[in-house]
Amino acid sequence: METIVKSNQQQVFAPWTDPQNKPLLRFENVTKKFGDFTAVDNLTLDIYEREFFALLGPSGCGKTTMMRMLAGFELPTTGRILLGDNDLKDTPPHKRPVNMMFQSYALFPHMSVEQNIAFGLKQDKRPKQEIKERVEEMLSLVQLEAFAKRKPHQLSGGQKQRVALARSLAKKPKLLLLDEPLGALDKKLREQTQFELMNIQEKLGMTFVIVTHDQEEAMTVASRIAVMDHGRIKQVATPAEIYEYPNSRYVADFLGDVNIVEGRVGVTTGETASLNWAEGQSHLAVSTKERPQSGDTAWIAVRPEKVRISKEMPEEADNCLQGEVWDIGYTGNISTYHVKLANGQMIKAQVANRQHLANRPITWEDSVYVYWEKGAGVLLQS
Amino acid sequence: MAVTQPADLVETEEVSTQAQEGIGQKVLIAVPYVWLLVFFLAPFFIVFKMSLSDIAISIPPYTPTFDLSEGWDGLVALWNALDLENYVWLTEDDLYWKSYVSSLKVASISTLLALLIGYPIAYSMAKAPSEWRSTLVMLIILPFWTSFLIRVYAWVGILKKEGFLNYALMWLGVIDEPLTILNTNTAVYIGIVYSYLPFMVLPLYAVLEKMDGALLEAANDLGCSPIKTFWIITIPLSLPGIIAGCFLVFIPAVGEFVIPDLLGGSNTLMIGKTLWTEFFSNRDWPVASAVAVILLLLLIIPIVLFQKQQEKQMKEDG
Ligand SMILES: Nc1ncnc2c1ncn2[C@@H]1O[C@H](COP(=O)(O)OP(=O)(O)OP(=O)(O)O)[C@@H](O)[C@H]1O
Ligand SMILES: [Mg+2]
Repeated sequence: METIVKSNQQQVFAPWTDPQNKPLLRFENVTKKFGDFTAVDNLTLDIYEREFFALLGPSGCGKTTMMRMLAGFELPTTGRILLGDNDLKDTPPHKRPVNMMFQSYALFPHMSVEQNIAFGLKQDKRPKQEIKERVEEMLSLVQLEAFAKRKPHQLSGGQKQRVALARSLAKKPKLLLLDEPLGALDKKLREQTQFELMNIQEKLGMTFVIVTHDQEEAMTVASRIAVMDHGRIKQVATPAEIYEYPNSRYVADFLGDVNIVEGRVGVTTGETASLNWAEGQSHLAVSTKERPQSGDTAWIAVRPEKVRISKEMPEEADNCLQGEVWDIGYTGNISTYHVKLANGQMIKAQVANRQHLANRPITWEDSVYVYWEKGAGVLLQS
Repeated sequence: MAVTQPADLVETEEVSTQAQEGIGQKVLIAVPYVWLLVFFLAPFFIVFKMSLSDIAISIPPYTPTFDLSEGWDGLVALWNALDLENYVWLTEDDLYWKSYVSSLKVASISTLLALLIGYPIAYSMAKAPSEWRSTLVMLIILPFWTSFLIRVYAWVGILKKEGFLNYALMWLGVIDEPLTILNTNTAVYIGIVYSYLPFMVLPLYAVLEKMDGALLEAANDLGCSPIKTFWIITIPLSLPGIIAGCFLVFIPAVGEFVIPDLLGGSNTLMIGKTLWTEFFSNRDWPVASAVAVILLLLLIIPIVLFQKQQEKQMKEDG
């Protein structure tokens, strides 16, 4: 598992692999209940210093609640949150070395953009000159120099979001919580800001926890991603790991597109398991390090870009299925073929569009083969 | 022909509904203006004219009066008889400006007291569980169900020497001798603050209730203690409510007559009382009118300020 790291990084940043390392932040069996509704359910999680940690999950799964507990606006119903060695329970929000960017921005309406950004610095009684410089730095970071004197009600949604971001960054806190910081920005500005955030985070050695609905964003910025569902964490891993080796159908489905085939585990030889997925069809092969119980229900998840498609039967393939092209999704750079198998199951195969659309060799209702290597799929048992 | 006819019909219909809407809208806008003209501007001009007249022993007790039977000459004579004598008189007798100053003082102090008492009330109402809030608002409005006059009379019963307040304080052992509160300025303050408190609480409650709690959390998050947050976030953001409440208490308090008359003493000087004396005891309607006109001019300043503030607020909200 540890072998999967971002290849473009010279030094491997993976403090979570070393049990000697102390986490900056530790959730210990944290549960948060609102009345009899459980928003966060027995959550245990370590976040290390200098991490860029992303929380991913559907709406209402408890992401904001987790952040509010970190910032001190909610107290865990049971369990502890440790920052370093300190239980945060008795530290009020204004004394925590944590800043939060609110999902609703929460800009002070009676203060100008400038004053909003300077607010936290003023509370720390920093020298005037330093405040001024820092505010300017933040304004240029979020490209709002021209709006310094405006009041929040004179800004667009995206501008407000950038002010909120600048305000939370201004104090350069040890731990910064970003609750959907870039949701209202256009794609270009968002990508630009993502890289700026990564730069700042690296340069200042801060720890970021970010909530996002955009999995591409999470993959881009995060050192690790946690996928949440109904107040529970389903998996925590690096972007590559979580994408390539999801531990459940939920995670596989949540991040990116995936084909999932249900079946019963057959014989496992060496590191290859076989899945009996339909009457009269050949078994599917999948590489796995686990030893699944023969006869158990299991699933094979395979990403569409790892599935190949052709009109002729491939000469050699670990898994090959025949079907009919049902639909073609075109998104410019790639085409997604939805292939219907004999038993009604749909398999998606993605092909990069190397040629112009007119030359597409495969079209609707063609009889085709879809195939993939056994190492391309993952065996899931939940 | 057959084709164009219906289209024509539709067009004319549209035009007529538009015209109707235009008239309807104008009528709607005109209603408040007509109301103001009939019930405010016209009476004001009558009072103003009276203030330029002279006292006379007749009915009505001033001269000159309108007499349309004399025609144009009569109007000219009327015009010539008007003068500013009464206003000059207001500057000569120091009773008047003392009454004005004293009224402004009483109104200012009462407004401040109402703010100091009203703010915590409004604040705790806004912080109460939401299912309680409408009940609390009801309780604030409840006193209006009883006549204002009766409620002020009730204070006489409470504040007098052998009243409830003295009785309770003596029973508790706080005092040995009954306090003299009735017929002092203290009683006037109590009366005004009590009577006008709802006008302070309601606008304050309105702004505090809709204030976004996330703002306070954001301030806390950025290192601002809860007490400081109250001063630099809550108070500035409730300023529109503070201003509205203060004007709503201050403006009627300046001209208040019933409360100083019933609860105040002989040394309680308020312009409403002076006006009443001038009008009913001295039967000097022209001077009373002059007093009223000056009072109105004095109040126009805060009213205009209030208007300006409201407009500014509207702009910021919109
Ligand atoms: N103060 C509260 N009282 C009652 N329920 C609450 C409260 N705050 C949050 N919840 C509930 O807890 C659950 C988790 O809320 P939370 O705000 O953490 O979701 P989220 O993951 O941030 O969702 P989103 O992506 O939509 O922002 C939701 O079902 C929400 O209704
Ligand atoms: Mg949220």
